[in-house]
Amino acid sequence: MFDLRDLYQQVIVDHNKRPRNFGKLADFNHQADGYNPLCGDKLHIYLKVDDAGVIEDVSFEGEGCAISVASASLMTDALKGKTMQESEEIFGHFQHMATSELDEAPDEEVLGKLTVLAGVREFPSRIKCATLCWHTLHAALQDSPEAAKTE
Amino acid sequence: MDIRAIRNDFPILSQQVYGKPLAYLDNAATTQKPQCVIDALQHYYQHDNANVHRGVHALSERATAAYEGARGIIARFFNARSEREIIFTRGTTEAINLVASSWGGANIKAGDEILITHMEHHSNIVPWQMLCEQTGAVLKVAPINEAGELIMPEFEALLSKRTKLVGVVHMSNALGTINPVTEIISKAHAVGAKVLIDGAQAAAHLPVDVQALDCDFYVTSAHKMYGPTGIGVLIGKEELLEAMPPYQGGGDMIRMVTFEKTEYNDIPYKFEAGTPHIAGAIGFGKALEYISSIGFEAIGKREKALLAYATDKAMAFDGLRLIGTASDKACVLSFVLDGIHPHDLGTIVDREGVAIRAGHHCAMPVMQFYKVPATARASFSIYNTETEVDALFAALKKAQEIFG
Repeated sequence: MFDLRDLYQQVIVDHNKRPRNFGKLADFNHQADGYNPLCGDKLHIYLKVDDAGVIEDVSFEGEGCAISVASASLMTDALKGKTMQESEEIFGHFQHMATSELDEAPDEEVLGKLTVLAGVREFPSRIKCATLCWHTLHAALQDSPEAAKTE
Repeated sequence: MDIRAIRNDFPILSQQVYGKPLAYLDNAATTQKPQCVIDALQHYYQHDNANVHRGVHALSERATAAYEGARGIIARFFNARSEREIIFTRGTTEAINLVASSWGGANIKAGDEILITHMEHHSNIVPWQMLCEQTGAVLKVAPINEAGELIMPEFEALLSKRTKLVGVVHMSNALGTINPVTEIISKAHAVGAKVLIDGAQAAAHLPVDVQALDCDFYVTSAHKMYGPTGIGVLIGKEELLEAMPPYQGGGDMIRMVTFEKTEYNDIPYKFEAGTPHIAGAIGFGKALEYISSIGFEAIGKREKALLAYATDKAMAFDGLRLIGTASDKACVLSFVLDGIHPHDLGTIVDREGVAIRAGHHCAMPVMQFYKVPATARASFSIYNTETEVDALFAALKKAQEIFG
């Protein structure tokens, strides 16, 4: 049986307590809001993308549960230096991991540290907590004026 | 009161989840159903199923007798003046929408005021906002204090000749606060306002006598009173219901239909268009008989004792902040824990077999008042035990260890 520690791994607890890249970027050229109406989690993502389409810097603000904060923190760490195209690809892999069958091993090569969030698969009501930041990133890359939702 | 015997009436309670005994502490969301209610639903579908008010055959007569019999049980349970005052609805939400749409549509004009409180459920906010948008009326909100109690002087100050309707929750689902509805109703009547009491949360825990209260509308849901989902009731004063236009058109709510003109049926049928939730109504009646067989005196005493037990534990628990500490409250323990989001708590205690609610409880303005995004809420019922409360606090300790 799945243990709670599979969901709340130390890395997640740590990123929740001390989120990386938290706060508003002084200099950014993309941003978006994300909102989960079911639980009230709110996120705001700031991006600084250079002319070549590479993410120079990224940060987030907002409030939410440990899963959503840790996921946003880990995501921002993972995105620096990636192109917009690569970021969307990682989003696809992440989304797949969060909803895949339990016996399918996550793609560590693409996802790296983000695989610590694979535990949400066992907690269907918490998958959206982990994916909200990615939907928000997607909205920011598209310069969407509307808040991203997980639906 | 024999808790063990009561627990035996509820077959769902004896199960294990994740290998732990289930502690169902989400009764403010919905209560579990006793065997007698489950049996009544099954009996109806197995023996009596037919449409009501139309057939001349034996099954239809039995179904009609059982459906109308349930209306009689409900009328007596709430001490309505007559069965004509009992309108079946899908639940509390539909009952409030019915009043807002029918009574409100006929009686509310631009500049009129509708007064609610800061602790209302969304279902007693949004229908009035919609009515105000349609009519140009103004929605006023009476404030609450830090304990989660209605501030009566401010409520009174908001009452005026412009106030046409007061909508107040009898017992708050997010805080547990019991409002002084008798006083509220008489103060509202003094300025000529009608009063709707949202009894969704209260009716399983407190005796309700609509004649003694003198409320104009009382609304509640069966599923929070050990009955089925999808059925509830609007209890309205006969003269008001008579004067109100129909809410929905269709079968059963008419006396005579031609393409030129339709003559509406009498109350309560005028407000019950279409085939109703017959089994649900029968189950609702059975659930009320079940409550009556225990009695509100015993229920109140037991639930008070359990809430006191849980409250003492909560106050002694490191890092816990209670949300809602009204002097008059029942069955609801809403709280936040330092450094742990309520959703994480909900997941962790669930794995210990403890079912609680985490979220805004369909009362976002209450969350805004306390400046929290959400709360964790344990809510109790007649079948809950001290052991289950202990399981909750043991699970909270575990959450603190994980987040330590």
